[in-house]
Amino acid sequence: MTWETVIGLEVHAQLATNTKIFSAASTAFGAMPNTQACLVDLGMPGVLPVLNKGVVDMAIRFGLAVGATVAEKSVFARKNYFYPDLPKGYQISQFELPVVLGGQITIEVDGKKKVINLTRAHLEEDAGKSLHEDFEGYSGIDLNRAGTPLLEIVSEPDLRSPAEAVAYAKKLHELVQYLGICDGNMQEGSFRVDANVSVHRPGAPFGTRAEIKNVNSFKFLERAIMFEVERQIDVIEAGGQVVQETRLYDAAKDETRSMRSKEEAMDYRYFPCPDLLPLIITPAMIEAVKADMPELPDAKRARFMSQYGLNDYDAMVLTNSREIADYYEAVVAATGGKDAKIAANWVMGELNARLNNDNLSISESPVDAQRMAGLIARILDQTISGKIAKDVFDAMWTSQDSADAIIESKGLKQITDPVAIAAMVRGVIDQFPEQLAQYKGGRDKLFGFFVGEVMKATKGKANPGQVNQILKDELAK
Amino acid sequence: MNFHQMTMVQLAEQLRNKSVSSVELTQYFLDRMAQFDGQINSYITQTPDLALAQAAVADARRAAGEDGLLLGMPLAHKDIFCTKDVITTCASKMLANFKAPYNATVVEKLNAAGMVTLGKVNMDEFAMGSTTENSAFGVTRNPWSLDAVPGGSSGGSAAALAAGLAPVATGTDTGGSIRQPAAFCGVTGIKPTYGSVSRYGMIAYASSLDQGGPMAKTAEDCAHLLSAMAGFDERDSTCAEGARPDYVAGLNDSVKGLRIGLPKEYFGEGLSAEVKAATMAVAAELEKQGAVLVEVSLPNTSAAMPAYYVIAPAEASSNLSRYDGVRFGHRCDNPKDLKDMYTRSRSEGFGAEVKRRIMVGAYVLSAGYYDAYYLKAQRVRRLIKQDFVNAFDQCDVILGPVAPTPAWKLGEKTADPTAMYLADIYTIPVNLAGLPAIALPAGFSGGLPVGVQLIGNYFSEPKLLNVAHQYQQATQHHIQMPAAFA
Repeated sequence: MTWETVIGLEVHAQLATNTKIFSAASTAFGAMPNTQACLVDLGMPGVLPVLNKGVVDMAIRFGLAVGATVAEKSVFARKNYFYPDLPKGYQISQFELPVVLGGQITIEVDGKKKVINLTRAHLEEDAGKSLHEDFEGYSGIDLNRAGTPLLEIVSEPDLRSPAEAVAYAKKLHELVQYLGICDGNMQEGSFRVDANVSVHRPGAPFGTRAEIKNVNSFKFLERAIMFEVERQIDVIEAGGQVVQETRLYDAAKDETRSMRSKEEAMDYRYFPCPDLLPLIITPAMIEAVKADMPELPDAKRARFMSQYGLNDYDAMVLTNSREIADYYEAVVAATGGKDAKIAANWVMGELNARLNNDNLSISESPVDAQRMAGLIARILDQTISGKIAKDVFDAMWTSQDSADAIIESKGLKQITDPVAIAAMVRGVIDQFPEQLAQYKGGRDKLFGFFVGEVMKATKGKANPGQVNQILKDELAK
Repeated sequence: MNFHQMTMVQLAEQLRNKSVSSVELTQYFLDRMAQFDGQINSYITQTPDLALAQAAVADARRAAGEDGLLLGMPLAHKDIFCTKDVITTCASKMLANFKAPYNATVVEKLNAAGMVTLGKVNMDEFAMGSTTENSAFGVTRNPWSLDAVPGGSSGGSAAALAAGLAPVATGTDTGGSIRQPAAFCGVTGIKPTYGSVSRYGMIAYASSLDQGGPMAKTAEDCAHLLSAMAGFDERDSTCAEGARPDYVAGLNDSVKGLRIGLPKEYFGEGLSAEVKAATMAVAAELEKQGAVLVEVSLPNTSAAMPAYYVIAPAEASSNLSRYDGVRFGHRCDNPKDLKDMYTRSRSEGFGAEVKRRIMVGAYVLSAGYYDAYYLKAQRVRRLIKQDFVNAFDQCDVILGPVAPTPAWKLGEKTADPTAMYLADIYTIPVNLAGLPAIALPAGFSGGLPVGVQLIGNYFSEPKLLNVAHQYQQATQHHIQMPAAFA
């Protein structure tokens, strides 16, 4: 008998604000411990939280992007528990009335599309960090992160495989960056994923779930779920029962470990935070955000296909990130919108390969969109061939020169004069009477030999199309 | 000159006409504190150096041509308001070593007006109590009778005023903590509409109920002090936006035609005959001045006490979680581990009443009990608010007693918390509804002051102050002082 896996994800996306959700302290990553914690973040007696309005716009933006209901009224609630890196002894979150309700994300696995429903998304503050390693017999507390704004995005248990979970997480990761509400940096903890995993026999009710925490990459997400599914199946097949618990993923050992069981589960004693008024979102606020919404990945992909005549795959690759899409569109615009397919090939091909090779992001590319467009323009007007263009691109990568300057200085301009090409073609034919005879005798393959010799003679500068045509004509004589 | 017998407005005139400097006036009160406070223990911390420095600055400002009713005026702060670089204890062992790193908005505003901080006055620990017996720094005694309680939680403020150890003081009122001690000590105090005065820097007890306010000899003094304390503060999200009404301009208006509601539920069982008589005498005086008396009903009054003792402890249990020994305040010696540090720091740092309310609060918020207690209490709260809305259809202000009896003896009710809680039945509904109310002296019973309160609609402080002022113009209760401190 087979097993079916059921997965729901809880994603904590750190909102890209300059200041914290309830105080004016900076959210910048990497500062000296406790230098970015103000009186409010420290939970000093008498201090009060004041909502950073920026996070509300971001929550609305997310809600609109996933087709969710943006709640007219949502309520901040206190989640009470004691921990040294939680200064107030409670976390301000949202509980019964979250800011975003419902919504959907469409994923694609093995060419099949699937709609994943969202339960909710709510605003909350992050806790600080506990450092257990560096202080013998003590724990260090760094409250720089305390009060950093988070959007917790909760999916329905609609995912059925590790691959679907990863596809969903990646789609969400792409979306929040597109929306400009999260920098997506998983290493710095800006995008954290917890997975609720259970297994059951098809047709039977859902099994008992375990929550896996501490997954900080897509690869680990996949491995953690795979391990957990195996573990649960082993438990059940050995006659045991899966217990509801929180488990920690250990990437080094590639396993999940029990952190606390349901019996030890905390009673957070949620109640509405009396220091904050209910969050009221008016239709006007939603309209204002709508007017300012960036184009979303799926819409952009469809537009790339219709506007630029790209196929589905190219459109998907080019819209994978907002930066790549923007770069591509800048190149197309600068080349006057002509032959967008060549621009696509260059961005996905040469440029992408060089970026990967040098471990650079597109925003760090030494060749910006304008210079790239200058190169493509010369391909389009046949000044250079695609092959020569690769040499020009190499030279551009390590210099600030334009394509034109490099073509000029290196004398790479394509030979397109039919008379000149015909003369060179005849010269080559005359040079190889034996091969000519064999060709005439039926060895068609030798056509390629003559092309190669012509190109060699012109140092690759002859227009390949013309060379083909003229050579064919001359050999037929 | 007997400056301690003067109202703040009279003292302001002395400062204005240069009969006395702020430094001299401040020294006068510091001397009285040194002489008398040993008898009543109204101050937790006296700040003579700070006071004299502030007074000197105030004198310089006045010499430079500045004028202002509060410029150079000494006052005492309830030790719940954070005062920068001054120990701010909230009357708790937990914060016995806590030097506040910032000023509460109220302190900041009064400092800016040129007021002089004489010190920090006693209170019930974290404002939880009705007698100031729940202080880690000793009980405060009632200047009218040293074996009686001064009321609470702002008992230090009220006692200091009654003994002439400060001309005015700040207080806070969560369930009657300004009004009840004002009544017990024969002074005047107003609990403003929730959201009138910023709570920033006012150490939280029950956030949805806490409200700071002024305490003084007279309603007129309260009006001036409140003018400086109130106002929008962007650091408090529950602070009302926009300008505050003029608290002073209408003080001398006539009360002719004013409809005064007497809620029948406030005159029933449990109210002592003397307090009832004093309250009716106030009604008669105002009627004489042209007001009209109407009977009104606040039918849900009896549900207020239980609702309050769910909501306030619930919020308190969460508000007081930050006192964990990690970043500030009391930490136990040699903790074995984290849990031991939490448990012992909090067990040692908090007093019995605070622990009781934290436990009650944690209980009513816990899974399975939340709906039955917390949500139900919130529903009661809405009913109580509606009671007042209905009553204000029939009257302009409501008159009633502050407490069922005058001050009781020290230790008399400490063994029975429920009996103590019941003494707050007339003050608590006002906090649940978020309304303003002023307590003012209305006579004496057995040598102890009796107070009444006037409750108004939202932001009707000008009217309350006006009515109280008109009453005080015609009566002498508010200017009496206990013989031992006169």
